Amino acid sequence: MPVQSPISSVNDFVVRFANVNGSGSASANELFARSILRHGVPVSPRNIFPSNIQGLPTWYEVRVTEEGHLGARGGVDLMVAMNPQTWDKDVASIEPGGYLFYDSTKPMPTSKFRADITVIGVPLTAITNSTYTDPRQRQLFKNIIYLGALCALLDLDPKLVEQLIGEQYKGKEKLLSSNVHALHLGRDWALQNLKCPIGLRVKKSDKVGDRIFMEGNSAAALGAVYGGATVCAWYPITPSSSVAEAFTSHCKKLRHDPETGKARYAIVQGEDELASIGIVIGASWNGARAFTATSGPGISLMTEFIGLSYFAEIPAVIMNIQRAGPSTGMPTRTQQCDIIACAYASHGDTKHILLFPEDPAEAFEFAAQSFDLADRLQTMIFLMLDLDIGMNHRLCRPLKWDDARQYDRGKVMTAQMLDEPGRDFGRYLDVDGDGIPYRTYPGTHPTKGSFFTRGTSRDRYARYSEEGAIYADNMQRLVRKFETAQDMVPRPLQANAAKPTKYGVIYFGSTAPAMDEAIGLLEARGHQLDRLRIRAFPFHSSVASFIADHDFVYVVEQNRDGQLRQLIVNENGIDPVRLVPILHYDGTPITARFIANAIGDHQDHLKVTPLRKAVS
Amino acid sequence: MTYIAKPKFHHPGLPKNELGYTHRDYEGKISTLCAGCGHDSITASIIEACYELSIEPHRVAKISGIGCSSKTPDYFLGNSHGFNSVHGRMPSVLTGANLANRDLIYLGVSGDGDSASIGFGQFAHSIRRGVNMTYIVENNGVYGLTKGQFSATADRGSKSKKGVTNTDNAIDLVAIALQLGASFVARSFSGDKTQLVPLIAAAIRHKGAAFIDVVSPCIAFNNHAGSTKSFDYVREHNDAVNRLDVLTGRDPITVDYAPGTVQMVEQHDGTRLALRKIDADYDANDRLAAMTFLQKHAAKGQVVTGLLYVDPDAEDLHAHLDTVETPLNSLEAKDLCPGTAALEKINASLR
Repeated sequence: MPVQSPISSVNDFVVRFANVNGSGSASANELFARSILRHGVPVSPRNIFPSNIQGLPTWYEVRVTEEGHLGARGGVDLMVAMNPQTWDKDVASIEPGGYLFYDSTKPMPTSKFRADITVIGVPLTAITNSTYTDPRQRQLFKNIIYLGALCALLDLDPKLVEQLIGEQYKGKEKLLSSNVHALHLGRDWALQNLKCPIGLRVKKSDKVGDRIFMEGNSAAALGAVYGGATVCAWYPITPSSSVAEAFTSHCKKLRHDPETGKARYAIVQGEDELASIGIVIGASWNGARAFTATSGPGISLMTEFIGLSYFAEIPAVIMNIQRAGPSTGMPTRTQQCDIIACAYASHGDTKHILLFPEDPAEAFEFAAQSFDLADRLQTMIFLMLDLDIGMNHRLCRPLKWDDARQYDRGKVMTAQMLDEPGRDFGRYLDVDGDGIPYRTYPGTHPTKGSFFTRGTSRDRYARYSEEGAIYADNMQRLVRKFETAQDMVPRPLQANAAKPTKYGVIYFGSTAPAMDEAIGLLEARGHQLDRLRIRAFPFHSSVASFIADHDFVYVVEQNRDGQLRQLIVNENGIDPVRLVPILHYDGTPITARFIANAIGDHQDHLKVTPLRKAVS
Repeated sequence: MTYIAKPKFHHPGLPKNELGYTHRDYEGKISTLCAGCGHDSITASIIEACYELSIEPHRVAKISGIGCSSKTPDYFLGNSHGFNSVHGRMPSVLTGANLANRDLIYLGVSGDGDSASIGFGQFAHSIRRGVNMTYIVENNGVYGLTKGQFSATADRGSKSKKGVTNTDNAIDLVAIALQLGASFVARSFSGDKTQLVPLIAAAIRHKGAAFIDVVSPCIAFNNHAGSTKSFDYVREHNDAVNRLDVLTGRDPITVDYAPGTVQMVEQHDGTRLALRKIDADYDANDRLAAMTFLQKHAAKGQVVTGLLYVDPDAEDLHAHLDTVETPLNSLEAKDLCPGTAALEKINASLR
């Protein structure tokens, strides 16, 4: 075997921690990621975890990336192998020339290692057991000890790590000092016994700027607070539960009446997803801003109510944190697989508005905007996140708000308006030609503006009717309303290649960081691509013109069936041949390497080498 | 059909209540149910109770599920907003509406198919949460709109119109409501308006989850011999434990109740409930005894009616959630949006 030289890289590598679920490693690993951020070096961490509480394997991956590539990269440069169950697979996944960090307390047979990697053994259990007697302390501090050793190996500034520990345990001096002690225990051992640093190093930089480090679910929940949501009804389901939990904790801090201490919100954990969406619809019907958060199986259960929201025109917001389906699928793995299920949810002819945020900052903005859209359009709005955005910390631009911003409550007729002479109120009367009728809140006026809301067909004045012409008139108006929505939802963002090109790529949501990085990789291979990031359905007219402007367009998405591509073909009448699907659906986040290889290979095949040149 | 409007004119001498409204102001569209349907009697009782309580008609929100009973909110309180929602899902829609605006009166109307079968879960959970509402089940033991199938409240051994014997055990919603902590539980009979009207009035004035099971015979599919939900059967087996007078704040007690024959209950809003005892030993403040009493009498084939349980100190969901007094739907951006200063702090904490 040829001698493999160890990988040497500053501020550009991937560390993966292999742990056992429930061992308390998560907070130590997150501390590691945050420490690197404090060096001014961007990181992109990802949790890879099982549907389990304790005992099964879990991984935490930190991509250190001075260039700021926040998508998953693929491959591992340094494996922190703390889980014997997955040892073989973990060791096999290390890049040639990479590093293996392990607990060397018990000797391992040489067959368990690889010759082309650098093996770093630290007797973690021995150090821990000689210092601590309490089993839980041994478990927790072992994590901090390996963090200390990594500090030495990767040349991290221990002061910055200490500072973070200080912030975390502010006011809990005993925990603070014991954590700092454990950190130095590991660091000192490594400095005395190992060659430090290794080829992978962190060097102080200034590439983080004012960016924040946040989970998408928490950002979406905060968007709901800023967007004026007062009612949240939800049923626990991975990976969406942390939306409602974050909404609860944000509200506790931000939404209590300063004088009385009472809550300006109501959060109900429903008995199931049907009740949750029922509560949301009841609250919205009665003029409050309400939402639920769920995932694929919850969407399936909610579809009857989603149809009611569409047909009876009741505003509502569903945050769908997508996970791999169908059925229970892979509950803790990411996908963009509910596009069709949400766009056309429920029986009969229905169409719904979908928003596709790319990161926590956009999740915050779109979440707040979704309540304005729901009220304005009097219909269901789906905020389409996924596990990759929702449950991982992502570096993103700071959250912004304009204090002059007012909520758009849409077309709501007040008692005063109802009393205006000549005012005609018909709940389903299209007075402005945009397909959007006026509504009234219950209890508005003693004699005017009341109506009976129903999922059955009715005329423009909300009177029950099974007349074909009246039914069709209403269905046509709903189409008009959907067309109106096109110009209200976030528009696609286009970025053109450095050189003119005949090829384009369409992508959305959590694919964004990997796509941005893939563009650079493709350019290096000589392929130029214009790109369009779709941010909402219904599609803006610029989607059709982007496709028309290119010979063909790749559609990159994280599902098996090319659901966004199907939706574009279906809604815009595009020849399917012009849209080339690039599909990633194994439950791991899509990588730049995957996209660049798939598109690059396709592009290479397009290059026709002249026969004369080929044979000469 | 339900789009038929009633003529607006009425006799100028119609009596008016304290707010100056006549009975007609509490009516809705003309019923499309079968002639003689028990549900129409319940509609009349709701109108009567709202008239007597002098409720502003538009301050009521009427919410129902799907089925014959769920159509009825169109037939009363024509100036109120109504919501004929999804089969079995009235309780969740009502819960959400109630959270949005605590100042309206919430009237949930449902049937035995809607609440005991498809919506059994939602029935149970809205009761356990203590949503401030009047939840009326118009209980006929049968699916009328789909022409005569048994519902989950049909008694075991009772016969369908086609002669099929029901072999499944019945669900007694009253017993379940008691077990789940409803703070007002009553049963009545659509054919006994004098019993039903005060029960509805008291339930509306109750702050908490008030549940009324009203046995309401289906004239088309469940009024034959062998049915236990027919007019004849219920009249014969009706075992009323008490009769109720609802005394609002201003009413002096004019009736001279004989000592020991009346149980007085004062609700949160000052309404006094005078329970004239028929069964001398029945205590409407004792949940456990009520449950035992119901079971014993059900075993004898009796239909126990009256105000079966009331907790005058009940709390509702808003109290549990400690929400502000202002209805959530009228809070504005200044009350709800923490603004840029708070956001800057949040940003700083995430670096």
